[in-house]
Order: sequence, then C-alpha cells, then structure tokens
Amino acid sequence: MKLTTKAVLLVGALALAACTNAGRFDNADSVNLNDQPGSGAGGAPGFDDPSSPAYFQQAIGDRVLFAVDQHTLSAEARATLDAQANWLAQNPDYSAVIEGHADEQGTREYNLALGGRRANAVYEYLISKGVSASRLKFVTYGKERPIEICSEEACYAKNRRAVTVIAGSVTS
Amino acid sequence: MMERVKTFFAAMVAALGLIFAAVGAASAAPLRIEITEGVIEPVPFAVPGFVAESTGAEEWGARLAQVVADDLTGTGLFRQIPASAFISRPTSFAAPVQYADWKAINAQALIMGAVAVADNGRLTVKFRIYDVFSGQELGKGLQFQGTTDGWRRMAHKVADAVYSRITGETGYFDSRVVFVSETGPKDDRKKRLAIMDYDGANVQYLTDSQSIVLAPRFSPTGDRVLYTSYATGFPRIHVLDVGSAQSRILESQSGTMSFAPRFAPDGRTVVFSLTQGSNTDIYSMDIGSGGAQRLTNTPGIETAPSYSPDGSRVVFESDRSGSQQLYVMPAGGGEATRISFGQGRYATPVWSPRGDLIAFTKQTKGRFHIGVMRTDGSEERLLTASFLDEGPTWAPNGRVIMFTRETQGASGQASLYSVDVSGRNLKRVRTPGGASDPSWGPLQ
Repeated sequence: MKLTTKAVLLVGALALAACTNAGRFDNADSVNLNDQPGSGAGGAPGFDDPSSPAYFQQAIGDRVLFAVDQHTLSAEARATLDAQANWLAQNPDYSAVIEGHADEQGTREYNLALGGRRANAVYEYLISKGVSASRLKFVTYGKERPIEICSEEACYAKNRRAVTVIAGSVTS
Repeated sequence: MMERVKTFFAAMVAALGLIFAAVGAASAAPLRIEITEGVIEPVPFAVPGFVAESTGAEEWGARLAQVVADDLTGTGLFRQIPASAFISRPTSFAAPVQYADWKAINAQALIMGAVAVADNGRLTVKFRIYDVFSGQELGKGLQFQGTTDGWRRMAHKVADAVYSRITGETGYFDSRVVFVSETGPKDDRKKRLAIMDYDGANVQYLTDSQSIVLAPRFSPTGDRVLYTSYATGFPRIHVLDVGSAQSRILESQSGTMSFAPRFAPDGRTVVFSLTQGSNTDIYSMDIGSGGAQRLTNTPGIETAPSYSPDGSRVVFESDRSGSQQLYVMPAGGGEATRISFGQGRYATPVWSPRGDLIAFTKQTKGRFHIGVMRTDGSEERLLTASFLDEGPTWAPNGRVIMFTRETQGASGQASLYSVDVSGRNLKRVRTPGGASDPSWGPLQ
C-alpha cells in the first residue's frame, strides 16, 4: 500500500517538474553576490565564467523541487544534483548552504521540519556524490521565504524547493 | 522603548471593606451567566463615566469607563446600554444607587466607578458592581492605585471583576499577548517580536527585523518569552527577558536546528523540537543547567509539544502514522497514545489551562480550522474555517482562543483573531500591521 502511494506521488512530482519550468533564471535572490570571491563590485556576475556562483546558479541549476509533503528526490532533481556535485568538485574553494523550503499549505512548525528534510535530502545526496560534508551546511526556512506568492499550485510547486546557495570560499 | 514595561505600575488591590460597608448578601445575587450554556443572551449593563474625585480626573473617568465597556462587550456575553439612554447620571460614588432608574432602562448590571489623580500623577480608581434587579451590590468594592501609564490595566481589572462575579469564571482582560509583527510583501516579509495588551493596545517591539523570528511563547508568569530566531543563520531557540528585552540562545548544539519551544508549568523546563539529519524529535531541557532529554525516538517529524497544566503529560504532533496526528505522552517521554482519528491532518496542539481540552489546527480538504477536543481525543469540534487558520493559544481562563489567520493570494496578510471555545464571537484582534503566532500570557 505504501509503495503504491509513493509511486503515485513520484509520478505527480515528475509531472509537476515538467510543467513548472523549473529552470527559469529570473529568481536571482538566493545567491549573495556580494560574497563572491573575485566578482567586481557592482559588476554583472560572470555568467560566462563556469567557475562563478552565477554560472552555478543559472547554468547548473541551484534548486530542486519536491512534490507535496515529500522530500524524495526525483530523477530530474538527481540529475541537477549530479551536476551540482560535479561543479563543487571542480570548484573546491566554494562551500554551500542548502536551504530547504515548503509551500504555505501547512502549519509553521511542520513546514520547518519538512524544509529540513528536503535540505537534508540534498545534503546527503551531494555527500554521496563525493562532496565533503565540511563544505556543506543545511538550513530550513519552512514556509517563511516563498519566491512565488500566489496561492495556487503553480506557485506552490516552485516554493517546495531546496536551493544550493554557493557561499564564500572555504579557506577565506 | 522598554520604559513602560520596566516602570509598569504595581497594582495595589485593596478591598474597601474599611471604607465602605458591603451592602447586602452578595452571594445571593441572581445575576449570573453560565458560559457553558448553548445560547447566551448578552447581559445588558451600564457603565457611567467614572466619577471624577479630583480636578483633572474627568478625562480619566471617561476613558476608564470606555475600556471597561469594550472589554465586556468584546466577550459577546454583555451588551452595553448607551449613556444616551441613562435616566440618572451619577455625580457621586458614595450616593445611594437609584435602582429604579437603571431598571427602567433594563440595565441588569451597573458598574459605578470613581477616579482621582494625585499631585504626583498617580491614579486612584475604585468601583462597585450592582445587580440592579435584585437591588444588591455584587461582591465588594475594590480600589487600585497606579501610575497613569497603567490606567488601562486598572480598567481591565475592573472588567475582570465584573466578568468574574457574573460568570463565576476568572477573567482574562488584564493580560498580554506576545506575537510576531509582520510588515512587507509576502516574498519579503519582515518579522519582529512584539508584545501588547490582550486587546491590541500598548504594542511594543521586542526585536528588530534583521532576523526571522517565529512562534514566541510566554513563560507561565509572563516574565520570559521563548522564540525561534534566525539570528545565527539557523533556526535556534532564544529566551528573552520581557523586562529588559535582552535575549540569549537557549541551547547551542552545533549543526542542529531547534524550534517549537514551550515552557513547562514549572517555568524551568522547556520542551522543543530538534532537527538532526532528516529527523525531527522532541526534547526537554532544564533551562538553568542546559541538560537535555530526548522524549521521542521515531524517524518521523515530531513537533509542536505542549504540556498539560499539571506538567505530567505532553501533547504533540507526529507524522509517524503517515500524516500529521496528535499524540499524548508522559512528560518524561515513553509510550505515546494517538488521540486524533478524524479525516485530515492535525497540528499545533495546545493544552487548555483548565486541563479539559486540547486546541489544535486541522487541515482538511484544502481548508484550515481551529478546533478543540477533549484530552482523550473525543468530542472534536471545529470552531473556525478559512484558507489558513493556525496556531491556537488559550486565554488564561481557557474560554477564548486566539490564533493566526492568513488571507489567500499574492497580497495575503496574516492577522490575529479570537474565538470563544463555544465557536461564538469570532473577531479580529486589532494590531498595527500584519500579525501572527500569538501567545496569550497569564492574568497579571
């Protein structure tokens, strides 16, 4: 019975991911560009520079999405995280904080715990792909930091996310 | 900013037995509201402006009477008779009550007050309550003294006395609420801890909006507040001293996130949730020594714990069954008994200060409800329904519940509402802007 439920939910997750255009590049709020090593003050972030956090955010994809009340990683999410792990391997000076989020359809405390589960799922996956745990932290924001503000599934789907935020250099 | 908190007046409550002889046998008074009865016809009352007994006290007399009237009317149990209907206008606190004049306008309760302001600025407020139709005083007259800063508290104390003598329940007007003040759009919301009187007056901010703050919880005596803050970049429980507005992190286990704190009735023990890896469990901790004890041990999400008033048990929510449900366990941990079995998800249980009920948030069919059930899970009743209601908190007398209601859509905003445990008298609580996560403090 449990397995059937999971299978149905997984299909749901894939369908959502497919139709919500998860790769939109217009949500730049999650990377603190001021903290980037080497980025010019006020200058446009180096999207062309494959070692820049901006490249990570936009070309690699800094976020994965989740089905309602779930923290399992979809195939698409795992593909994104594989690329994240690869980027982190090639850019060992950076650390990252994984932020887990929930949509507004839940109570505050539960959503904190749910966001924690999502962030932890990404954290564990990146570690399983060779990223050192010392470079990673995770935090939950529950439903406190939505990026989309409508009260419809189109927004909820984008808010149920875990975002890998590239932080300053580990050694600095 | 905290001046008012620090210099809050020390209420001096003195029975006026020496000054006034109690009239009649108050215990035989028939004026009575049984709150538990199904339908209540509000009791009509008259509260003339408090008689000024010193020069400059007239203004205070009108304001005091207004707050008393607002408190009583706000319960839904009382109805104010407007002053325009009065036949007699009392000019002396000591003069005999003209019962016939009050009977004629059907005032069942009459509240007579007087106020004097001394040269040093201190107010003296006294009052008597009369059961008009039996022609008797209801209880004894009382007198309070305090600074003008505390004038609303004195009015609340008068209203508490009226409420208590007519319903037989303790009042809740002289109490405060700590909550999260919210400003800004939904995707850039600023949150600050704030404290106010139960009716929304005297709002003071306890934190700035630099960090997200969530779910403040009063200590049993109202002297401290537990809350969750992102000041460190991670959700951590802080404890704030209300008088000084100074706060500190309650615990500092690195690599973990803690939230959903609540005091035990002893004021020393704290129960809360701690996330480690994918797992969120409930712990208790001695606030002095910092010694923590793990109370739950399942892979599920266990959160939102709340003690029974005797401190022996903890009600909490867990998704160990596959969805959020309510459980009760011994305060020291151990076997938990599931108490919620209806359709939907149950969250944020809070034990009534009377011990008889548990209030909760219920999510079902895309709607949120505040509800109550008996402590064994029986007799569930939903009191509200909206797009998003959550986080109930009990009035100190266990008769009223305050909670957060958030409206739908891109311009959605959170407000505080209150509702009687009967489901009647749903109303918005006045706050300066958006507000969420109320915690109702004790009767002061």
